[in-house]
Amino acid sequence: MGRTLAEKVWEAHVVRRAAGEPDLLYVDLHLIHEVTSPQAFDGLRQAGRAVRRPDLTLATEDHNVPTLDIDRPIADPVSRVQVEALRSNCAEFGVPIYPLGDADQGIVHVVGPQLGLTQPGMTVVCGDSHTSTHGAFGALAFGIGTSEVEHVLATQTLPLNPFRTMAVTLEGELPPGVSAKDLVLAVIAEIGTGGGQGHVIEFRGSAIRGLSMEARMTVCNMSIEAGARAGMIAPDETTFDYLEGRPHAPQGADWAAALDYWRTLVTDDDAVFDREVVIDATGLAPFVTWGTNPAQGAPLTGSVPDPSSYADTNERVAAEKALTYMGLQAGTRLRDIPVDTVFLGSCTNGRIEDLRAAAGVIRGRKVADGVQMLVVPGSVRVRLAAEEEGLDVVFTDAGAEWRHAGCSMCLGMNPDQLGSGKRSASTSNRNFEGRQGKGGRTHLVSPLVAAATAVRGTLSSPADLLPTAPKD
Amino acid sequence: MDSFTTLTGQAMPLQRSDVDTDQIIPAVYLKRVTRSGFEDGLFAAWRTDPAFVLNQPQFAGATILVAGPDFGTGSSREHAVWALRDYGFRAVIAARFGDIFRGNAGKGGLVTAQVDQSVVRQLWAVLESDPAVPVTVDLQTRTVSWLDVTEPFELDDYTRWRLLEGLDDVDLTLRHEESVSQFEANRPGWLPATA
Repeated sequence: MGRTLAEKVWEAHVVRRAAGEPDLLYVDLHLIHEVTSPQAFDGLRQAGRAVRRPDLTLATEDHNVPTLDIDRPIADPVSRVQVEALRSNCAEFGVPIYPLGDADQGIVHVVGPQLGLTQPGMTVVCGDSHTSTHGAFGALAFGIGTSEVEHVLATQTLPLNPFRTMAVTLEGELPPGVSAKDLVLAVIAEIGTGGGQGHVIEFRGSAIRGLSMEARMTVCNMSIEAGARAGMIAPDETTFDYLEGRPHAPQGADWAAALDYWRTLVTDDDAVFDREVVIDATGLAPFVTWGTNPAQGAPLTGSVPDPSSYADTNERVAAEKALTYMGLQAGTRLRDIPVDTVFLGSCTNGRIEDLRAAAGVIRGRKVADGVQMLVVPGSVRVRLAAEEEGLDVVFTDAGAEWRHAGCSMCLGMNPDQLGSGKRSASTSNRNFEGRQGKGGRTHLVSPLVAAATAVRGTLSSPADLLPTAPKD
Repeated sequence: MDSFTTLTGQAMPLQRSDVDTDQIIPAVYLKRVTRSGFEDGLFAAWRTDPAFVLNQPQFAGATILVAGPDFGTGSSREHAVWALRDYGFRAVIAARFGDIFRGNAGKGGLVTAQVDQSVVRQLWAVLESDPAVPVTVDLQTRTVSWLDVTEPFELDDYTRWRLLEGLDDVDLTLRHEESVSQFEANRPGWLPATA
């Protein structure tokens, strides 16, 4: 019987297999950041252990770092201690690090791909659930906890029980104005926050093949929001074109050898997935969330649902609680919901294509009165590329704030927090209660919807900005 | 890691589904560089509500949490496990767990007993009428029991064994260091290095 892509990558990394035990899996790339690593380094120190492969480990500062005044010491003393701990741990254990101020600093999941460190067929781990992003290259990439971070630092391996496999197939061409973010939000709404539990999702089909590398990263990034361990997309010419010439991509004869191998990384025709879901991509539309988990979403043309319409008790109760927290009434048209803040950024949508998409909508327009729009590039390189293209000026001319790179308001560990009772349209990945700041209310959106929302002040798509739109 | 065989104690009903790790411990509490003291961040946002179950005196001292489905989804933060442990919980009973949370729990000595949602509902009803009913989580037999009821729970063999023995994963893996070196010798040369 044939094998799936995920099974091929798994098998190629099994260091040891024994009956009744998990497989011991080799890790090709271990990314670390300041929040989930200090206790892991402490564990090494206490046990007198070294980092086995500092040359396969890379640190960057992202979760905590400010996006303003980055040339000054970090004002929050607790954040500063955590960032300083990462620096001293990296120095002590010989781990390469891109600190705040470095040209390669940025969100860990933006930095790895842009350096060409993420390649097809690799295993990539990080103490961050959005490590699934790297699966866009056909890598098996997943988030781990701090104990596992310590384990990988010490051994470059992880004991793991095989994941189950799941195919999510999207056929057909995406309608105009529908982006990767809309696609993945629709998938999550379809299968639920636990729908991918225990599985690696392979995204397949012509709609996926037609996506750029950066759009594929957005899709795989959100796999975790469907409960999946990882998301993957088989590498193809789009992948190879993206990788060629990047700083850490193979060169010369190595490139040819790597390409030969990468082309084998597809699911065999006779392979069987444990679960399959098929979605018609031609029926998708701009999609936003109305609730407090990423599966609580609907097309932007719709309304806030009535909790009593749910047959399942848990879903009904969850919807009731979500509407209370979000301060929403059933039946309200999503397009009529006003926002205070628009956040464009994160490992989901903080890459150059995301900024270009939003800038294309904002150009020549103004952010609505009373709305604050933060634009936070995913990395210093993204910021510099955007400035090269003049996108920073497009945003600042419109009244948006142009910030430095980091996770920022996605999770509000730095000063960029959504105030209590405030409402955001956010291109990030989680609309959990208090995620962006205590009491803050989050609507997940695409960069296009974020930009249009900033202009109109209520949840909107770029189509709403045309003169032919029914209102405005 | 502490070993775990069986635990009999008071249980606390948390009647919510999709309790993600941001709810278990919000990000602002993750800035410590130590491994203890996270109990103050446990369910921090909900604890401001006097009616929240953690604030109800009849459930003070509970060591078992009985939660709705999809407990521990979202972020990989192991601080969620530490917060529950630091607060005094040794086991969580639910119908479904987030995968990463469940893995972390196994490393941190927190038992995640997966049962049918019908069992969770029964327990919620019992605890609502009498919060003092002791509940037993028996890892040897993989059962949850209270009064005259005994229900099986799911937990994989390997995690169960490690919890029973209180074993450290790194020590276990280092026994196979030779296999790791052999594997490394055969890795393709084009694979990237960070330095």
